[in-house]
Amino acid sequence: MKTIEELNAIRERAKADMTVREDNTDVIRVVVGMATCGIAAGARPVINAFTNEIARRRLKNVSVSQTGCIGMCQYEPIVEVIEKDKEKVTYVKVTEDMVQRIVNDHLVNGNVVLEFTVGAIAK
Amino acid sequence: MLELSLNILDIAQNSFRAGANLIEITIFEDSYHKEITVVIEDNGSGMTEETAQSVTDPFFTSRQTRKIGMGIPLFKMAAEMTGGSFALESKPGIGTKVSAVFKTESIDFIPLGDMGQTLSLLFGTKAGTQINYVHRVDGRSFELKSETLQNILGDVPLNSPEVSTWISDYVNQEINIIRGGV
Repeated sequence: MKTIEELNAIRERAKADMTVREDNTDVIRVVVGMATCGIAAGARPVINAFTNEIARRRLKNVSVSQTGCIGMCQYEPIVEVIEKDKEKVTYVKVTEDMVQRIVNDHLVNGNVVLEFTVGAIAK
Repeated sequence: MLELSLNILDIAQNSFRAGANLIEITIFEDSYHKEITVVIEDNGSGMTEETAQSVTDPFFTSRQTRKIGMGIPLFKMAAEMTGGSFALESKPGIGTKVSAVFKTESIDFIPLGDMGQTLSLLFGTKAGTQINYVHRVDGRSFELKSETLQNILGDVPLNSPEVSTWISDYVNQEINIIRGGV
């Protein structure tokens, strides 16, 4: 049973995490296309899976955000991973099943999952 | 779209782009009339009468990058194919109200789906935009305001992963309760 009071505990934990994040400049941004094309192609369960996986692992240096249509509707759901001083990585036709691997290999261990990227799929 | 909650997510995003700082989403499940009414109302920039008439045309969009806008046409179609209805009222400088009625017994009725996921995304879309959600099922109702959560959370943003997960689970739990489940 979820209660509003639980938010107090979440706040305290998140505040502690934010202090950590301020010291850590290497923030990774996960950006999911959430325009009509993305949503219709299944972006919502994908962004939800990222959020859940990142919350579950308590990753402090990763943020999840939404963006509009980036003009490759046929490859939606599209997820971009943006890291300072690194080339942006674009994952295409992302499904919920792919999320755990992207989080584990790429976000945690720094190894891009090449086979899910636009370069591998859009040929 | 496989769920109405996906259409709602899509339509409500127009309100952010219209610069709204208040978005009200109301869902009314009426089991006697076998209808679901969805209303999305904002205080954004609104549209002129001419623009408001053209948004139901898939070959109209305010976007500059390409010439197709499917959000409103898909939502309108989802309602009308159940034998329900769609309405859009808008005034420049005042805001926009989109409402749709779905006949739940129609074979073409698409289920409401996961409103928890939709609301957790909308609550986390833009800090400072207040979202009021009201969900009624016959005589019972559940209300949640993003402001209430933000007041408890203080500086912690509504899009932080742990908060998003909580919103999603909490909303689905409360909707389940007003539907008479446990």
